[in-house]
Amino acid sequence: MAAYLIRRLWQMVPTLLGVVLLVFFLFKWFGGDPAEVLGGLNASADQIQAIREQLGLNKPVAEQLLIFLKQIVTFDWGKSWATNESVAHLFATRLPATLTVMVPILLLEVLLPVPFALLVAYLRGRAVDRAVMMGTTIAVSISLLVYVIVFQYVFAFQLGWFPVQGWSDSLWTNLTTYAPLPVFVAVAVALSPYTRLYRTFFLDEIGHEYVRTARAKGLTERTILLKHVLRNAMIPILTNISVALPSLFVGSFLLEVFFSIPGLGREILLAVNRSDYPVIQAFAIYIAAITMVVNLVTDLLYKLVDPRVVLK
Amino acid sequence: MSSVMTAPGTGGATARKSESVWAASWRRLRADKVGMVALTVVALSLLLVLAAGLGLVASGWQKETGVPNAPPTFMGPGTAESAGAVESAKGPNVDLSDIDPLAPKYAEWTERAKQYKTDETPRAQTLPFGADRLGRDVLAKAIKGAEISIMVGVLAAVVATLIGTVLGALSGFYGGKVGDFLEWVYNVFTAMPNILLIFAFAVVFGRGVLPVVMILGLAGWTGIYRLVRAEFIKHSVREYVRSAEAIGASKASRMFKHILPNVSHVALVQLSLHVVSFIKSEVILSYLGLGVSVDQVSWGTMLSEAQNELILGYWWQLAVVTVFMAVFVTAFSLFTDALRDALDPKLR
Repeated sequence: MAAYLIRRLWQMVPTLLGVVLLVFFLFKWFGGDPAEVLGGLNASADQIQAIREQLGLNKPVAEQLLIFLKQIVTFDWGKSWATNESVAHLFATRLPATLTVMVPILLLEVLLPVPFALLVAYLRGRAVDRAVMMGTTIAVSISLLVYVIVFQYVFAFQLGWFPVQGWSDSLWTNLTTYAPLPVFVAVAVALSPYTRLYRTFFLDEIGHEYVRTARAKGLTERTILLKHVLRNAMIPILTNISVALPSLFVGSFLLEVFFSIPGLGREILLAVNRSDYPVIQAFAIYIAAITMVVNLVTDLLYKLVDPRVVLK
Repeated sequence: MSSVMTAPGTGGATARKSESVWAASWRRLRADKVGMVALTVVALSLLLVLAAGLGLVASGWQKETGVPNAPPTFMGPGTAESAGAVESAKGPNVDLSDIDPLAPKYAEWTERAKQYKTDETPRAQTLPFGADRLGRDVLAKAIKGAEISIMVGVLAAVVATLIGTVLGALSGFYGGKVGDFLEWVYNVFTAMPNILLIFAFAVVFGRGVLPVVMILGLAGWTGIYRLVRAEFIKHSVREYVRSAEAIGASKASRMFKHILPNVSHVALVQLSLHVVSFIKSEVILSYLGLGVSVDQVSWGTMLSEAQNELILGYWWQLAVVTVFMAVFVTAFSLFTDALRDALDPKLR
């Protein structure tokens, strides 16, 4: 187990290096010149030159890359070029808002579709099943934007159940007042695709021999579904959750823009627009690391769910 | 040889030759009612897109044919807004011509103004599906927007499938160093947050149809790569490939002439799956202002306009775009499902 963990962690190094190289060269060669972005329209050539010097942009590319690599190894992320805020501080202040929205979303997204899909799988082939499948197909094809626009309009603007947007300093107010609407939107949007997907997972399992055996020995359909099928279907469900876990930041980014939540996603859009390299780099490595750790934890969870799985 | 022996009534060559994979799939697809309806809707939409692309329909989407925010016809003309917020003065008009310093020039200006012909285009009070903020026909905009959005989705899916298939073929067929390197590239791309990749490419390529195609294609090839690679690994050791090697077929020939046709159904299904997801991505990118350029219309730019109109109670643009998109994307997804079932009956 320890050997497995060490090897997996060691394998992350080349991937992280690749992410650093990709981000570095993408923005170095193709991105806007940060000095010009920071200098603004009225900056003179001298001023831009001074900014370049200050940021170390006039050093050779190899040396700049070396400085960045050194920063990563020493966990010193430097300061945002645009606001001079330290990147560590930036993350520490923006992360809570993102988590306040994302944690409830993740929990509900995982917990709600499972019983729903199990029910639909139980009713497979009947009119209800077909109606749900058709409804979810249509629901999936409507853009996320439409959901956000309509929900914001109906529930916040017309009915006044939630504030249209906003954020406060208190965690409790945020959770009870400002977070519910974005969470509601995200979960409503995610319910359809997840129900469809989990239904196919359950149906796959129901087709297996052990289900027939269980039926033959007289177990009720309910016991079979809840005890046998559910447990076996946990493996693909876990994989799916682990894939969705890092990508939740995409959703969160859109929600943050829509609902004016001061989170990480909004910050990264700003950073990209300003070619604020230290922030972009830190964000890329941070997400890459999260993705890989999540993958590792998922593999460990397989073992927990299904003892037959051998980690190698 | 079989083509010479045309047995009457059996449809010629098919009597001797076994049915080809594509013919068998087409037969299965035709038996799928939902799939055929979906295919019809998709084909009609693509025809509409083609017609819009050639300028046959909706070429005048930028014309302001109706009054601003003209409602859909079935609702009747909108109530004239009470513009008279400022009451006009009650007293008699005072003759200012004695002290007005501009008075002597009025006649001259009227003369000059007459040289220019002002075109009074009558604006419709209502349009079949309503008008936007400027009075442009929402229906024409939605058709033109469909052209851009669908074109971007399809082209981006083609780009992603090309990249994924070629890299997947190389990695799966060669393995070893090439495979390791490509696996590393794959790992890097999947470890990068997708949204950051898209933003980064958006900064690099700028705005417009082709840039969006490149952005989505470059950021979205990884899933296809993975599947194609697995297929190539499986096929590269099969007998038919080894026989081809034995008779001296080159590596490129084995990869693309022998194996590729046998795995192309995987690529085809992935292609159509990606069309749907790329259309959705394009809509979001354009909404954020990272997508198509300002003088173009896509479903995404329409949605961003519709958001502001909705608050004022003008819901029709939002409704029309949503229906257009829902119909096309639903039909395309159902068609993709039918296609997958038809191409790979084992999966059923």
